[in-house]
Amino acid sequence: MDAPQPQPTAEITYGPPIAMLAELTHRCPLSCPYCSNPLELTGREGELSTEIWIDVFRQAAELGVLQLHLSGGEPASRRDLEDLITACRAHDLYSNLITSGIGLTEKRLTGLKERGLDHVQLSLQGVDAAMADMIGGYKGGYNRKMDVAKWTTALDLPLTLNAVVHEKNIDRLPETIDMAVSMGARRLEVATVQFHGWADKNRAALMPTREQAKLCGQRVAEARERLKGVLVIDYVPADHHADYPKPCMGGWGSTGLNIVPDGRVMPCHAAHTIPHLVFENVRDTPLADIWNHSSAFNAYRGFDWMPEPCKSCDRKTRDFGGCRCQAMAIAGDAAATDPVCIKSPLHAQLQAQAEADAHADGPLTYRKMPA
Amino acid sequence: MSIPETATPHLLSGVRTKYDKVRGNWVLLAPERAVKLDQIGVAILEETTGSCTFGNILDALSTKYNAPREQISGDVQKFLTSLIDRRMMEVRDVSV
Repeated sequence: MDAPQPQPTAEITYGPPIAMLAELTHRCPLSCPYCSNPLELTGREGELSTEIWIDVFRQAAELGVLQLHLSGGEPASRRDLEDLITACRAHDLYSNLITSGIGLTEKRLTGLKERGLDHVQLSLQGVDAAMADMIGGYKGGYNRKMDVAKWTTALDLPLTLNAVVHEKNIDRLPETIDMAVSMGARRLEVATVQFHGWADKNRAALMPTREQAKLCGQRVAEARERLKGVLVIDYVPADHHADYPKPCMGGWGSTGLNIVPDGRVMPCHAAHTIPHLVFENVRDTPLADIWNHSSAFNAYRGFDWMPEPCKSCDRKTRDFGGCRCQAMAIAGDAAATDPVCIKSPLHAQLQAQAEADAHADGPLTYRKMPA
Repeated sequence: MSIPETATPHLLSGVRTKYDKVRGNWVLLAPERAVKLDQIGVAILEETTGSCTFGNILDALSTKYNAPREQISGDVQKFLTSLIDRRMMEVRDVSV
């Protein structure tokens, strides 16, 4: 990888990364139609070895990473998950297992806790088996999840329930919140589908209406107040119905990094959709060099890269111009203002399309591994 | 809602402190959160052992830092309450 490496300028301020997302594998028993993995998935043969992952964890800890999110695909599909959790604790990284629950047994989860697992984040596709298994494309998935939730709290491991919401299940948010409380979850993430990759193929089936999105926001606000000290709720709203963009990644290359199963390092999990970016690989380059010198990380760091209207906007320190990948996908320019923003010339077009898709319906296109 | 002096605060499972060598400060690690601790936060958590009541914690801090109890009480209350609200800490109160 001999891409030109721009030197950081004085205006670019960033510290060491706080969090690292390790996508251990793209393999997953579920096939959710909004999967955040890329359309071109990496097979088992392309995955990093146990030894490389463990060395990357060491490098991450030395670089200043505090939180290590073990994700996928389904991280429990890796038979070496136990060794990887042991390595997290050995390097004093806070380990978070982001799982569908499939592939975990009570015995395996107990073993992971003994090796130092800190936290379990369990995905939820719906509040009953019919909805959850239809969205996940995996019969029996819901019942297994309910078991995993029970084992997690019985082991006194902190549990976060991660509910991805969209047109088909967003109206059942009150039941989702009740479920999180009765399970003994400490946190609930209510994450509206972000329309990249697989989700973009399913816009007609999954785009919530403006009214649904608004009601969801009100319900979250009410529940946060009512459940203070019981349940923490993090909320990712439906940005296509918003007036201002999300502060994507808290700013590009500012706090987190993402390693995909084949070892390439990216500022976010959709960054590969920006065609001119070149991503270094942990097989070839030390992690600290990638964080500090990668042209992909430096491309949209800080504020110098911003064109108008972001450049002179007083919101730029709050939302960093929004999502680069969304700018790429819709404006055809990753440096453009996120079209979600009312200051974008494409805002009206984006909202009209969201409105049209919200009132349309279509078949679900499920995520598929290559044959 | 204020913490009674007889209540015993404790960090929940999966919530722990760590000295962050890279940044040169203490942090509190919890699910999806890393909270930077200042000296006061570190001092309070050192006394929050899970066996000391809120009253004990105030006594210890007051003695250790030679500060009037009523002067520190509000800040300690505020700090612990912020952790309770974020589901990082709970209190047991046997007197209730």
